[in-house]
Parts: sequence; structure tokens; C-alpha cells
Amino acid sequence: METNLALLLLLSPFVGFLFNTFFGKKISKGIAGVIGTLTVLFSFLITICFFTQLIQSGKNFEISLFDWISVGNLQIDFGIVLDQLSLLWLLFVTGIGTLIHVYSISYMHEDENMAKFFAYLNLFIFFMITLVIGNNLLVMFIGWEGVGLCSYLLIGFWYKNQAYNDAAKKAFIMNRIGDLGFLIGIFILAAQFSTLNYSEIQLAIASGKVNTTALGIAALCLFIGATGKSAQMPLYTWLPDAMAGPTPVSALIHAATMVTAGIFMITRLNFLFDLTPEIQNVIAIVGVITAVLAASIGLLQNDIKKVLAYSTVSQLGLMFLALGMGAYTVAVFHVITHAFFKACLFLGSGSVIHALHGEQDMRNMGGLRKVMPVTFWTMLISTLAIAGIFPFAGFWSKDEILLAAFEHNKILWFLASVASIMTAFYMFRLMYLTFFREFRGTEEQRKHLHESPALITMPLVVLALLATIGGIINLPGSFWLNHYLEPVLATKHHAHSLGTQEFMLMGVALAGAIIGIVWAYAKYLKQGFVPKEDDAISGFNKIIYNKYYIDEVYTALVVSPINAISNFSRETIEPQLSKLIFSLGTAANAIGSQGRKLQNGNIGLYLFMFVLGICAIIIYLFIAQ
Amino acid sequence: MDVSILLLSLLIGAIVTYFSGDKLASKVALLFSLVSFMLSLNILYSYSNGNDVSLVREWISLPKISFALLADGFSLVMVLLTTILTPLIVFSSFGKSVENAKKFYALVLFMSFAMTGTFLAADGLLYYIFWELALIPIYFIALVWGNGDIEERKKDVLKFFIYTLAGSLFMLVAFAYLYTKAESFLLQDLYKLNLSFQEQTWIFLAFFLAYAIKIPIIPFHSWQANVYQKAPTIGTMLLSGIMLKMGLYSIIRWQLPIAPQAAKEYLPILVGLSIAGVIYGSILALRQKDLKRLLAYSSLAHVGLIAAGCYTLTIDGIHGAVHQMIAHGFVIVGLFFAAEIIYRRYNTYAIGELGGIRSQAPKFTSLFLIVVVASVGLPGTYNFVGEFTVLYSLSQINIWFVILGGLTIILGAYYMLKMFQNVMLGETNSNSFSEVTIYETITLVLIISFLLFFGLYPKPITDLVHPSLNEIFSTINSLK
Repeated sequence: METNLALLLLLSPFVGFLFNTFFGKKISKGIAGVIGTLTVLFSFLITICFFTQLIQSGKNFEISLFDWISVGNLQIDFGIVLDQLSLLWLLFVTGIGTLIHVYSISYMHEDENMAKFFAYLNLFIFFMITLVIGNNLLVMFIGWEGVGLCSYLLIGFWYKNQAYNDAAKKAFIMNRIGDLGFLIGIFILAAQFSTLNYSEIQLAIASGKVNTTALGIAALCLFIGATGKSAQMPLYTWLPDAMAGPTPVSALIHAATMVTAGIFMITRLNFLFDLTPEIQNVIAIVGVITAVLAASIGLLQNDIKKVLAYSTVSQLGLMFLALGMGAYTVAVFHVITHAFFKACLFLGSGSVIHALHGEQDMRNMGGLRKVMPVTFWTMLISTLAIAGIFPFAGFWSKDEILLAAFEHNKILWFLASVASIMTAFYMFRLMYLTFFREFRGTEEQRKHLHESPALITMPLVVLALLATIGGIINLPGSFWLNHYLEPVLATKHHAHSLGTQEFMLMGVALAGAIIGIVWAYAKYLKQGFVPKEDDAISGFNKIIYNKYYIDEVYTALVVSPINAISNFSRETIEPQLSKLIFSLGTAANAIGSQGRKLQNGNIGLYLFMFVLGICAIIIYLFIAQ
Repeated sequence: MDVSILLLSLLIGAIVTYFSGDKLASKVALLFSLVSFMLSLNILYSYSNGNDVSLVREWISLPKISFALLADGFSLVMVLLTTILTPLIVFSSFGKSVENAKKFYALVLFMSFAMTGTFLAADGLLYYIFWELALIPIYFIALVWGNGDIEERKKDVLKFFIYTLAGSLFMLVAFAYLYTKAESFLLQDLYKLNLSFQEQTWIFLAFFLAYAIKIPIIPFHSWQANVYQKAPTIGTMLLSGIMLKMGLYSIIRWQLPIAPQAAKEYLPILVGLSIAGVIYGSILALRQKDLKRLLAYSSLAHVGLIAAGCYTLTIDGIHGAVHQMIAHGFVIVGLFFAAEIIYRRYNTYAIGELGGIRSQAPKFTSLFLIVVVASVGLPGTYNFVGEFTVLYSLSQINIWFVILGGLTIILGAYYMLKMFQNVMLGETNSNSFSEVTIYETITLVLIISFLLFFGLYPKPITDLVHPSLNEIFSTINSLK
């Protein structure tokens, strides 16, 4: 029974994918959307069943479905596990997934390939479930690469635009760089433990006798995998470009679910990372640097989705900071609250873009507050949440990260606080530029301004509600999430009791957020400053606006040399090599034609050779004796 | 019933096809290739029930040459690869007219016959005869039915013929030497030889030349791209799908067990050279302007990894290599077939002239994309199983081998997606592109089903080849 239910949970979105792939053209767009949505909703409901059961009984459900790959003495099966961690992830993946499917029914209704869109979305959910539900690293890897494929398909959904296709390709390839790291990490673990099953690895580690050097390398490799999927330094540059995809995709894949896979993986393997403090330090440092760097780029972006994309990179950085400090529950807490408010922000931006018929540049927005009240209020709530304003969800989760950082290392705390202040600034900059003062778009656009239909606003309202109250899952005092996750964590993360220091730090964090907001208020609302045209940007602003030219650096250091080597190989090495090899043939030919001259029909020459030969044989015989 | 019936059915098939006339030729060829496929299934069934399906007959008494065919799990899997791909390749040409069809299809079946013989032969000289026999039909197929300028083609195909023939001659010399030691060409007698290290080195090198040219391993690949490009697509499929596996198969069957010490001594060089091929092939594929050449270099990269797996001398490496051989056989046939589908409509392989096909042929796009993602080894496709196992075996030898060899998963994605984007995506092409026909769809769907099924459930193939590979592996080890 449970096995069947678990299979249904996994396969339901896959059935949706198959249906919309094969029959999508024959049914109306609305039905395609509804079926796509229902299959995910179905998974969500089953997840709730399992979740309530787990809460009541506290028992995991783990089963191996069939043998998959056998390598040497390593037998890898296709197994699934439904425990605290995977169910938690499934809840928000399928839950937010359902909301975003609902949203897409309206958002994509004008697209001729709507059925295909839902097919891809369903396929994504299927792979995301696979990633989460697997009971070993290789099943996770199926999902890991599978979501990468769906991300590729959806970023390049509007395939006639080659810039979008480039973005899709870039996302896939940069992810693959990380995936190589992931694979090597898997190889090392397989060699060490002869298993890839999480609980078996955990048992082996708990029993001692481990090679910490090898595990350290494995942990580092796995983290490299995580930097690809979760867009961290130095592999983050694909995520802002991935905004080429339709906005629901940005919300679902590139904000709420797929990009959290790296955090999921490290939390899953917490017992491994706990053994390697050096690698944990690397994770924390990479995380905090990414958080600050991405936030600083977000300060000056004018494309509404780009701002949100850098914000996502920055927030993911904070989560990695928490992971690096061993504060897994805190990272997970922030993953969840972030999924709520960031999905809401992206969907809200989609609503705005929808109303403006594709306009994404905030310099051409403004004053939308009155025409789009629902979008405005839900986005405002989410903005307050991400900025870390009391009592919204983001306040609680971000506060815990800052608390943990303060105890861990003051520099980390300082940098994380800087990132938070910048977050508050760029988010309110976004709000002011989009919703306040006068509308700066064209007359044509002004005439058509409208609030989005209910299918779009309903998910916004639900998400805004969650962004408001989401913090209750881990409020200081109850710490429900901490207790809930205890069984999957090897070392207990002690919960903070609220003391003077904690209150003080909360106050500092809140003050920081307010500084950011006031700063934005003064510049963009009071002065009514509108960012300059691209050409007019100069100085350090120009460097930030151009994202520190990191893409250009990568092109110069990696892409161009590879292309140059490729050209050189094609134009020079290959022809020369071919010439060299076949010159051996020519040489044989030449010897042959010289040899032919000997057989010229001259009997005298033959006789001479004959005598010479006999002499040679006689001499040889003499010497041999 | 023994395996000789397979050879017989293909040979008779070739003859009957020739006499059936141009109109019927393709159908007769399909019929006979399907018959041989059914027969090979039957033999597989009988083998897995524990029956001996091998065959040893005295053939020539002096020098002692036997007509020996060995059917174990490993050779049967390779035979199956041949007998499945042959009807598929013949079928893929349906709906397209071929000049001189009776000769063409007769040659195809004859080639299939010779390749099957190569996979089965357990006598050195018999093996050598089949090996060389396979070269003749592909020479004519590429020469007569190829595309591009005839003079250029003549030169390139002749180069290919002489080059591979020259390489094989060294193998013949090696066999002659082995015969003087063992007084037999029989595989099992050769396995028992106690050769000195120096002897092994020379034997190993002689085999290596033959195989390195056939597979090809860099720097012996100069013939490949030109021939792949100029041969008709069916010829390219036969070459890349099956024929190059003759070389890889032979490494495991002949080269390693006969000269294991040499293999062990030169392991770093051999693996290094193979991995260099992976990187070099990938880099070359990046900037190709001709679709078929691009695929040729992608194949160079992939077989480099397979060869690396063989030369790790680990059971995992060899095992993974066998999976990869089969998976690569299917995926490369699928890729070349997609190229052929495009060629049938646009009459060109120039990537620069393609693009924007997706909006006109969504079904073709989806099918092609699945083959592409299989070729980049996405988990869930059969290619991943082999790639994973081979990379794992490399990681057991040296971490640098796996880092460098693993570049294939990055570079492979780069050149394949770039190709896909340039060929399929973008603004709608001004030339109209008609959707895939029913024949084309069936061919691609069969290939894809195979790749997906064994991607999720490779166990049947593992179970089939594992005992025989273990046996070969223990031979390699016992002689070390």
C-alpha cells in the first residue's frame, strides 16, 4: 500500500508529462493546464498523507524498487526514502509547484505551445521528486541531472530567440561542471564505503575507521556539485541569464525549488560534512562571499527579474553560510521561507510584466500601485519578508543565520549583515521604481494597464500569506523545525534560548534592514531618482552594473581559449597529422617505384645480382661456422 | 543449433538479396536481417538455458586452422548488437531510393556477416579473415554510394582502406608468431601461452596498431572524419555503430588476455592516450561546420572513453566499456540517422545553412533531442550506465584520469547542445522542412526505447556478459 502510494506520488507528474506530450495538441490549452496542475496537486495530497503519518508514528518509509547499476562489489538499486527531510522538501516542492501550475494556466494561455510548457513543468516536478525521494546518491543524481535538463528546456522555451537558447545552453553546461564534481564525489564515497545509500554511509561513518582525507576530498567535490546547481561562486553566472525563461519557470525552478537542491544534498549528507571542518569553512566563506557579491550586483540592476535573480543567488549564499557553520536546520528554515517569499516576488513580477506586455525594465514602470493592488500588496509583504522585517517569515530565518554567524565568526556575521542591508535596499528600490510615483511607460501601455486575473492573483495571495506567517514553523521557543529534523541530523544543533545578546542582535538586524529601506526611500521615492540610461552609467557603478565583468572574464579565460584550440586543431593539427601519416604511404610508394627500376629486363644486371647473392650466402655460412 | 547458423543466414541473405533485383532488394535484405535477428534471439535463449552453442571444426590441417566459433555472453551481446542494428539500419533507408539497390543491400548484409564472424571467431586466422573481410564491403559502399566529389572520395576511401589494411597486417604477423609458439591458432591455446615480457610487448604493439586504427585511438584517427563524412549514411552507421566495436571487442577478447603483462606495463600510456582522444575529439567537435564530421569527432571522443575503460585492466572498466559499446552503437546510429533525415530534406550537412527546424517539425525535434541527451549520458539513458562505470574505474586508478576523462560530460554537453541549437532552434527556416515520415519515426523510436529501457534496467545485459567477462578477467590476472 505504502509502496504504491509512494510510486503514485513519484509518477503522477510523469503521467501528466506523458499525457501533455502525446495528447497536448489534441486538447484545448485549458485542459492541458488543468491536467498538468492536477497531477502535481495529487502528489501534494499524497505527500500530506505521508507527512501526517510520519508526524504520528515517527517512522520512515524506505524501500528498494529494483536493481539498477552494479559496479564491482557495489550494487546500486533504485530505492526511495520518505523521511523527515525528503517529506519536508516534497511538501514545498509539490505545494508551491501546484500554485505555480495554477498561475501558469493563466500566464501562458496565449502561448501556442502551452501543452508543451505544462509537459516540461510536470517533467521537472517528476525529476525534482526523484532527486528528493532517492535513498542513495545515484538516484539523487538522476533527479539532479533531470532537473537540469528541464531547466534547459524551459529557459529555452521560446526557442526562436537565440539569446534565450544561449542562456539555456549556458545553464546546462555550467551545471555540468558542477556535476563532474558531484560524480567524482560519488566515486570516492563508493570506493570508501562500497555503498551509496545514505543510511548505510551514515552507519559506516558512525562506526569510525574512516579515511578523513578521502572524505574531505569527496565533500569538496560534492560541494562543487552544489555550487553549480545552487548558483554559488564561481558557477553562479548562469542563474541571472536563466531569467530568459517564462516567469513561472523562474519562480518555480530558479528560485523556490531546483536551486535549493545543493542545500538539500549537503543537509542530506550532514554526517559527512560534519567530519570535515575545513570543507565546512570553505562552504561558509563561499556562501558569504556569494551573498555579498550578488547583493551588490542587485543594487543597480534595472531588469526587474534580474534584480530578483541576483537576490536569489545572494539568499542562497546565506543558506550556504548556514550550512558551512553546521547549522543545517537554519539553512533549511531559510530555504522554506525563501521559497514562499521569492516565489511570490517572481510571480508578482510576472504579473507586472504581464500587465505591461513583456516590459521588464523598471525604468519604464512606476505608479502601478493603484492599478494592480493585489500584486502590489502581496509583493510588498514578500519584500518586507525578504528584507527581514518583524514579524514576517524572512525575519525569523534570516535572524537565525545572523545569530549563528555571530557566534561562529564576527567577520562572517558582519558580511552577512552587509548583504542583508543591501537586500533591503535593492528590494525597496524595486518596489519604489515599480509601484510608486508616476507611470513611465508608453501611452499605449498605460491604456492597457490592469490587475491580473484571479488565477494569477490567487497564488500570490496564498504565497504572501505564507510569507507572513511562515516563520511559525521555527519560532524561538517552540523550534518545531529543529525538533522535527533531529532524526536526520547526526549532531544536534542546539536551539537558541532568547537572551539579551539574541535580542540585541535581532535589534541590530532589524535596524540594518530599516537603514536599507530608508536609504532606498530617500533616493527613489523622495528624490524620485530614476536610473540612468545604460550609456550614461559610469565609474564604479558601471562596473557593478556590468556584474563586475565576470562573464567577460570567463569568456576570455575559458571559452575563447577553448575555441581557439579547437580552431587550431581543426585547421592545423588535423591536416598536418593526416599528411604525416599518409606520407608513410607515399614513402612506401616511392620505394616501390625505385625497386621497380631494378626489374628492368636487363639480363646482365640479373646475373650480376645473382652472383652477388651467392657470394653473400657463402660468406654468411662461413661466418656462421 | 549453434551460432554458425547466424553466419549462414546472413551470407545466404546477401546472395539472395543480390539476385532479388533492385526493386525487392531492400525488403529482402530486411527480411534476412530480421531472420538473423530472430535466430540470434533463439541462440541467446538456448545459451541462457545452459546449452553449448559454440562450434569447433577442423578446417585446414596444415597449418592447423580450425573453424572455431565461440559463443559466450560477451560475444553474443556483440552479435546481438550487430543483428539488431543491421535490420534497423536497413529499415532506416526505407522510403529512399538507392541506385543499384541489389548490390548495395547485398554488401550491407555481407558486411554484417563478416562482422558477426569477427565477434564469434575463436581461431586467430579465422578471426583475421573475418576481420579483413569486413573491410571490403564498406570500401565499396563508401566509394560507390558516397556523397561529395568523386575524386576526393576515391582518395579518402582508398586511404582508409590501405591504412586499416596496413594496421591489420601487423596483427597477422603477430598471429604467425603466436602460431610458431602454440602450434595452433585457437584462442584457448593462445591464452595458455607463456610468453616472455618482450614477446608480449611486440605482440601487444602489433595488435595495438590494428585496433588503434580501427577504433580509432588518436593519433591514428586521420581516416575517420573524411570517411564518415563521405560515406552514405548507412555506411557511416555500419562503421560507427558496429565496425569500430570490432576493435574494442578485440582488445578485450584477444589483446589483453594474450599480452597482459605488456598491457599492465604500459597502462598509464594506454589510458592516457585514450583519454587524450576523449578531450581532443571533443575539442575538435566544437567548431565543426559539417554535421557528419561533428558527429564523427563526437564518436572519436566517446570511443576514447571506452578504450580507456578497457585499458584500465579492472573488471569495472571492462564491464563499463562493454555497456558503453552497446549504448554507443545505438546512439551514434540514431545521431547519424537524424543527420540523414535533415539531409533528405535540405540536401546539405553544412550546419551554417541549417536552423529553425523545430517550429516546422516538433516531433522530429523531440526525438532528436532525446538521442542528443542520451549521447551526453544523462542518467536514465543507457549511455550513463557505461559512462558512470568507466569513469568509476578510472577514478580507482588515478584521480587525474577521472578528472580529465570526466571532461567529456562537460565538453560533450557543450558541443552537442551547440550543434542542436544551431541545427534545430532559432527563427523558422525559410526552407520548408517536412515532419518525419512513419519509417523515420519508427527507426528513431526503436533506438530511443532501447536506450531508455536499458538505461533504467541494464541488469539483463549485465547478467549476460558478467560471467564471460569475469572469465576473461581472471585469464588476464592469472597471466600477469
